[in-house]
Amino acid sequence: MREKEKAKKTPKAVDGFEPRIICFLCNWCSYSAADAAGRAQKAYPANVSVIKVMCSGRVDPQFIMKAFHDGADGVMVLGCHPGDCHYKKGNYQTQKRVLLLKKVLGQFGIEQERMELDWVSATEGDRFVETVTRMVERVRQLGPLERRA
Amino acid sequence: MRVKPKMAFYWCSGCGGCEESILDLAGSLADLLARIDVVFWPVAFDYDYADLERLADGEILASFINGAIRTEDHAEKARLLRRKSRYVVSHGACAQTGGVVGLGNFFTTEEIVARLYRESPTVANPAGIVPRETSIDGGHELHLPPLCPSVKPLNGVIDVDYYVPGCPPTPELMQAALTLVIEGMLPAKGSVLAEKRSLCDTCARRDSKPEKLTVARFRRLTDTAIDPATCFLAQEIICLGPATRGGCRDRCIGANMPCRGCFGPPDGVTDQGARAISFIASLIGSNDPAEIAHAIGTIPDPAGLFYRYTLAASTLRGRAQGRTDG
Ligand code: SF4
Ligand code: SF4
Ligand code: FES
Repeated sequence: MREKEKAKKTPKAVDGFEPRIICFLCNWCSYSAADAAGRAQKAYPANVSVIKVMCSGRVDPQFIMKAFHDGADGVMVLGCHPGDCHYKKGNYQTQKRVLLLKKVLGQFGIEQERMELDWVSATEGDRFVETVTRMVERVRQLGPLERRA
Repeated sequence: MRVKPKMAFYWCSGCGGCEESILDLAGSLADLLARIDVVFWPVAFDYDYADLERLADGEILASFINGAIRTEDHAEKARLLRRKSRYVVSHGACAQTGGVVGLGNFFTTEEIVARLYRESPTVANPAGIVPRETSIDGGHELHLPPLCPSVKPLNGVIDVDYYVPGCPPTPELMQAALTLVIEGMLPAKGSVLAEKRSLCDTCARRDSKPEKLTVARFRRLTDTAIDPATCFLAQEIICLGPATRGGCRDRCIGANMPCRGCFGPPDGVTDQGARAISFIASLIGSNDPAEIAHAIGTIPDPAGLFYRYTLAASTLRGRAQGRTDG
């Protein structure tokens, strides 16, 4: 059922697998970076579905688990650079949480490479494009994520 | 004479502790039995499934079902009881969230069977006999119900009206739930019949729980002297109280053991382990990735610890099929 859904929604590549990546972006830095990339008409892979949050610190581990459960092959959280969070410490909390979450995801059979946390400032449109492109390629190599029935 | 309400008690995949939580009603058990008509309770009385099938649909006022759904037979019996009952009450952690039985979801059924019947060092099975759905013995054909691919909580196979949490529930909670059913005082459907808040809100050690706490690493129970009056977190020992529903009467805390989460998440939290990840991570004082990694390294099995009682009801439900630890 989920497989079917996925097949419908993702473009077919030659090898038949197009990874689906959910990307959480904070309102103040990384979303602006994505916006900047868009305004500059920079191309980035269509595999990435963006979810805007006020701060990377708003991303509850459960959001990430739900993304994986509901069909994502990879999840990214992009926030402001350390020291630059609009809410001062949100991204520091995110970093701790994501590092612990990665260990837990590993125990669930989800490779740590499927989960990426990085920092992108509002002016770094190019860095945004590079970061998501790299992630899409990495997850493409890993192949589709199998899930528990 | 007023007709006594009919009740049923059933167990799926559990350890028997939840049955014990009814027997632990002790003196009040006799009072209870005087007020109800037990139509089905395999652990205590000699009834047949045929007796159950003969009842009209909805004839049982309430069925208390404990244990997780591990085999197809559990699912079938749960459906039968659902049909025959006005209310189904999930009894205990395994029925509510899969409980310890749900930890089986870190493995495939093949791995579980191999471990149990071949690999475990305490098993001698030279003929390599493993359970099969059908076997012939002495000219008789024997059937075993197949294992489900994943353990499910009770509400994974039937509609559940109420939940009594705990591994096992306290006799007080059982008494309260049975009284609510018998006296027709049940709250809104779907309610958990226990404290709504987290264990910390009612814990005897809550006054020593620091407002702001930072740790560089977590300590283990095996090599730490634990002060019996101070919050475990203040002693750098992981306690799942902040992510766990209260109502257990501090059984573990009182025995100087940290909470392991058997009452499941409090109202408003759906994934207990995800909540634990958040609050445990926030205790780590450093922002330096290497130091954070060091602190995390002192939690050897975070998934097993944070999901000890709720894996089967968690967002991810278990380890992805056909994969090993990543
Ligand atoms: S963390 Fe544990 S010991 Fe501390 S107040 Fe909460 S339940 Fe009690
Ligand atoms: S302290 Fe936690 S693990 Fe112990 S009985 Fe209470 S809820 Fe269960
Ligand atoms: S606002 Fe960007 S990480 Fe907090």
